[in-house]
Amino acid sequence: MSRPLSLPRIRAPRAAKPGEIVEIRTLIEHPMETGLRSEAGKLVARDMLTRMIVRANGETLIDAEFRNGTSANPYHVFFMRIEATTELEIVWTDDVGRSVKGNARILV
Amino acid sequence: MTQVPCAADRRAVLMGAVSLAALPWTAFAARADANADGDLALRAAIREAVGDRQAVDGGIALRAPALAENGGQVPISVLVDTPQTPADHAVAIHIFATRNPTPGVASFRLTEKLGRAEVQTRIRLAQEQTVIVLAQMNDGRVLRAAADVRVTTGGCLT
Repeated sequence: MSRPLSLPRIRAPRAAKPGEIVEIRTLIEHPMETGLRSEAGKLVARDMLTRMIVRANGETLIDAEFRNGTSANPYHVFFMRIEATTELEIVWTDDVGRSVKGNARILV
Repeated sequence: MTQVPCAADRRAVLMGAVSLAALPWTAFAARADANADGDLALRAAIREAVGDRQAVDGGIALRAPALAENGGQVPISVLVDTPQTPADHAVAIHIFATRNPTPGVASFRLTEKLGRAEVQTRIRLAQEQTVIVLAQMNDGRVLRAAADVRVTTGGCLT
């Protein structure tokens, strides 16, 4: 719980043509403990990423909410249309309010 | 009772409460209760996501494995059949695991700027069950797709 959030990995193309739809892949190491699971008879403390927000040039494109069912080390793939050079920012937040950010730039 | 390494679900907990003396009948009763309970939780999760709006089948390409070896990492891919333009787009994709202790798995709110209403994720499934996906459209329609997934090893959910 006290460990800092690990840095996410974002895979995005370096460049795109205007109007092109590109694939973005993200992975962040995290146990995603529900707080309901026990190990050797003891409950494992809850430690969960509950939100992922994807912004492009400051504008929110995806706002995702995770409850208990997202796997450990959340991996997500999504697509976005690129019209101009895009600064991609993805923020993961856990349920005690800590967050970690990942960035990528897609040149047009 | 088989050993449940990660206390797989409420049903297991209930059956545990019935203890070793559990006869098939008692176990069956506990199972029925757990199912009713699960359905309630599922309905509540769906209502929270899309309200009382009636969902229509179709319009979503949902890819999920028929058999998942590892219930802890089940790849799910959802593509809503929409141009994702200002006039016609999905505003949210909701994923539900009908027999998980927490049936509402995740919600993805989308904008038309994406250009494609597709999300791929990996989810936990506690046991064999149906995965339901609902897509809310900008005109208020709710689309629905479902896939049955058999699970070899439960996803250590609870």
